[in-house]
Amino acid sequence: MRISVVTFPGSNCDHDVYKVCLCRNHQTKLIWHKDTDLEKPDLVILPGGFSYGDYLRCGALARFSPIVKEVIAFAQKGGLLLGICNGFQILTECGLLPGTLLMNENLCFICQHQYIRVETVASPFTQSIGKGKVLDIPIAHKEGNFYIESDGLKQLQDNDQILFRYCNKLGITDSESNPNGSLDNIAGICNAQRNILGMMPHPERSATDTVLTQDGRWIFASLEKAL
Amino acid sequence: MLKAKIYVQLKPNVLDPQGKAVTNSLHNLGYTEVIETRISKYIEMRFMNDNREQVSQEVKQICQDLLANPNTETYHYEIISEE
Repeated sequence: MRISVVTFPGSNCDHDVYKVCLCRNHQTKLIWHKDTDLEKPDLVILPGGFSYGDYLRCGALARFSPIVKEVIAFAQKGGLLLGICNGFQILTECGLLPGTLLMNENLCFICQHQYIRVETVASPFTQSIGKGKVLDIPIAHKEGNFYIESDGLKQLQDNDQILFRYCNKLGITDSESNPNGSLDNIAGICNAQRNILGMMPHPERSATDTVLTQDGRWIFASLEKAL
Repeated sequence: MLKAKIYVQLKPNVLDPQGKAVTNSLHNLGYTEVIETRISKYIEMRFMNDNREQVSQEVKQICQDLLANPNTETYHYEIISEE
């Protein structure tokens, strides 16, 4: 698989994603935000971090980087696009995904292991995982509190666009297992065409032998099977 | 020279945890009559243009294009003359 990982000024998970992709034997490239060529990828990843210092709103300024025009064109043609954490925030600010990531309800930066439940297998990102499977994937953010107006939420629910919900070890999604106040415990959503995923948890931080959990591998493996 | 004074606020139905924390702190300080606090952004912008109508239109566009997130925020502004 050919993977392009975009680096914005302030991205800090780009190398983690890059290394995980290399370890899985993918032809991976880091693409600088001022570039205008994605180099024919099968998958584009917008990594986590603090693009443009999170100025104004998280992800708001990144959408003016030259490469984003190419990312949008790529996704609109059906290309697979994964936004992780700040990448998810950028996708909502670009209008590629609905909703907004607000400040966490407890106002804290939360960095911890987090259980999330796979809500649907109807996407290339989850197709080989299994509905209801609980994954342990770390989160690290201050603005991950997903919000959308009630019509938009209903649309996400009706169209089966919620791919991951925060839950506990047993897979129960309740307010106790919701780390940041996200509406409906939402941890990750896809677009209606199902080729764009935005998620707050970091699969790249749980995808190598050197870390405590490896559940992020499920998502990469699913993508590999899809292509 | 004209100056725009722009206010970007969370919509009334969007929870403002920062405002809530400030209200709690004010209660701890004894300001018990404060029932709600909403935190917003205040932005100033100066223009090399004396045409109020044009500047006003441009500020509106700037708010829509960048300063406010239409999903969660509203904005209002005033244009004032500056020496």
